[in-house]
Amino acid sequence: MPKITMREAISRALWEEMERDSNVFILGEEVGLWGGTYAVTKGFYDHFGADRVRDTPISEAAIVGAAIGSAMTGLRPVAELMTINFAFSAMEHIVNEAAKLHYMFGGQFILPLVIRVVGGGGRQLGATHSQTPDAIFAHFPGLKVVAPGTPEDAKGLLKSAIRIDDPVLFIEHATLYQVRGEVPDDDFNTPIGKSKIQRPGRDVTIVTYSKMLETSTKAAEQLAREGIEVEIVDLRTLRPLDMEPVLESFKKTNRAVIVEEGWRSYGVGSEVATRIYEEAFDYVDAPIQRVAQKEVPLPYNRTLEQMALPQVEDVIRAVKEVL
Amino acid sequence: MADIVTMPKLGFDMAEGTLVRWVISEGEAVKKGAVLAEIETDKATVEVESNFEGILARHLVPEGEVVPVNTPIAVIAAPGEQVEAAKETLPAKAAPESPVEVVAPVVAAKEALPAKGEEKPSAEGVAPITLALPGEEGHLPGGVKASPVARRMAEERGISLGSIQGSGPGGRVTKKDIEAFQISPAPVSAAAMPAAAVSTAPTTAASIPATPTPTTTVPLNRLRAIIGRRMAESKQRVPHFYVTHEYDMAAMMALREQVNQTLPDDEKTSINDYIVKAAALTLRQFPNLNASLDESANQIIQHGSVNIGIAVAVEGGLLTVVCRDADQKPLRQISAEVRVMVQRARAGKVRPNDIEGSTFSVSNMGMYDVEHFIAILNPPEAAILAVGSAREVPVVKEGQIVPGLRMKATISVDHRVSDGAEAARYMQALAQYIEEPIRLLL
Repeated sequence: MPKITMREAISRALWEEMERDSNVFILGEEVGLWGGTYAVTKGFYDHFGADRVRDTPISEAAIVGAAIGSAMTGLRPVAELMTINFAFSAMEHIVNEAAKLHYMFGGQFILPLVIRVVGGGGRQLGATHSQTPDAIFAHFPGLKVVAPGTPEDAKGLLKSAIRIDDPVLFIEHATLYQVRGEVPDDDFNTPIGKSKIQRPGRDVTIVTYSKMLETSTKAAEQLAREGIEVEIVDLRTLRPLDMEPVLESFKKTNRAVIVEEGWRSYGVGSEVATRIYEEAFDYVDAPIQRVAQKEVPLPYNRTLEQMALPQVEDVIRAVKEVL
Repeated sequence: MADIVTMPKLGFDMAEGTLVRWVISEGEAVKKGAVLAEIETDKATVEVESNFEGILARHLVPEGEVVPVNTPIAVIAAPGEQVEAAKETLPAKAAPESPVEVVAPVVAAKEALPAKGEEKPSAEGVAPITLALPGEEGHLPGGVKASPVARRMAEERGISLGSIQGSGPGGRVTKKDIEAFQISPAPVSAAAMPAAAVSTAPTTAASIPATPTPTTTVPLNRLRAIIGRRMAESKQRVPHFYVTHEYDMAAMMALREQVNQTLPDDEKTSINDYIVKAAALTLRQFPNLNASLDESANQIIQHGSVNIGIAVAVEGGLLTVVCRDADQKPLRQISAEVRVMVQRARAGKVRPNDIEGSTFSVSNMGMYDVEHFIAILNPPEAAILAVGSAREVPVVKEGQIVPGLRMKATISVDHRVSDGAEAARYMQALAQYIEEPIRLLL
């Protein structure tokens, strides 16, 4: 199987879906002539043309609003927002329209819409461009929230996101674009709403997703040298949240650490831990630990930024805490 | 800083305890886990272990004194530490969390339950058994810190959490501790140990040199292992209490003789048949003793049928054969059925139906010249009757000592299901059948 980067995997998913279905089109800032801020849509403009690869004004509200309108009238838009931080400018459209119109109109409309956003910190972009507010979006019923951690999942999940008839917020971590992984060449779909055990182990369950899958895997490799076998469950989708592999793993290990890049309070860890307590209380052997971002606006200074973000050492410490 | 040991709270209703004996004297070194003292509550005498290491600097309570729970009873200091200062800083009221570990006969919170029900019968007439009883640690069940999975595993395996030293933070019992507890060898050799000790002990010059009998090990057969497991579980988990009653057996012995004269040799009745029938008929009046506790549903199941289990000694162990609907069967039928089942049991050809479904048990050791004994409950039954021998004893009748024929029986009862008064009334009612056995034929 060829090893390609996550950037290529996402690019191929878009390309294949646009080739497959002429209703699929891309819109966003610099997605056309420039080839995308993160070069995901490089070459698309020349191949698919200006109608299907549309450069937009710098207005996230306009991008998402136009995507919603075109989805309601039969197209399958893939909107790209340069960062998830800018999605706040389009919050009205995402929360009050994309997530609710199907419901508000009694099912008369479907919204086969994908909003691709680039998330995560760690690249010295300052407090307003480095956030991981994934949990906020996962709060709203009606919106699916997907955040892959491997190139294979990125391709398979994006293809599914484009094909399903629901609005999907697709979060790509900026620091994962260069990560390589094996990705099948064929036309495969990865189901949305299915968590996956990415690494088997018997001692502790780590529940994580996106960039923190990489961090957790490094921690697991170090811990394995000390004889501690960590099982890693990758959520892949935050809404709908699939707890089945998490609970299955937890019932085996009885101990869990939840690793997320966003802030701890009201976060993914809170949700997952609570569900474990609710659904597997009799299997709990130690208080569940959460590893998350320090509760500060993410600093610009490199050292401070890294201190605020969850590191491999933080994961190792948390695992030892629950053991 | 010096550590303060306080009078532990060993049950939700314990208000004070007696310091019976100091095991460690002032000035002696104390290891973590060492027994510091013996204390007595209204339920039991228990040993208290130290959670601290150091020197027992001072006894704050003399032996024999009764003090309220949480009263400081001793100071443990670091070697060389100035103790007077430590004493100055003694809190008037110690922290609610007692720094003492209780070993051995912990008064389980469950034991106190029926008493609670007695004090305050609920309006519905059914004693609620879901009360969250405050334990030593806040409202923890049993007063033991344990993770939920450890709690569940302990319950499944019939292990008392109080008997396990937790290795988790704050002494929390974890899954690992339960697993370690399982793996550690059971004290099987306890019975063999005294013998071994004797055989290895040096004989004194004056004694006759003993021919050493070699110590042998006998592997547990399957039946033995099952009995061991079930009985250990019963004795550890079920709060037993016992009521003994003495019965006048003259009439029953006479009746039996009369009945047996009319029966062929292979159909002659035994005293046990009469007792089974008497026990079964009496249970009809005491449905709560023909019962089982359903812990998961927090309810008592009062069984519709009276199925009497009869303990039978077989090679390598013990089986309980079941005489179904014993309250409704004529004596002769009970006798015949039991005889056949006992034969099958002793021949190793017992059928599942012979040994399943008992709701109450009778264990009779009358044939072994036993004055009386007490039996361990046969789970999930709520009661078992242990029957001794009918013996000729002097009895006082109208101020005169006259020969009498008496038999003692002891009922063991699950205190979670019933209380002493009910058991005593049962034993009294049983007398009506045993002492006027003609009723058994009606």
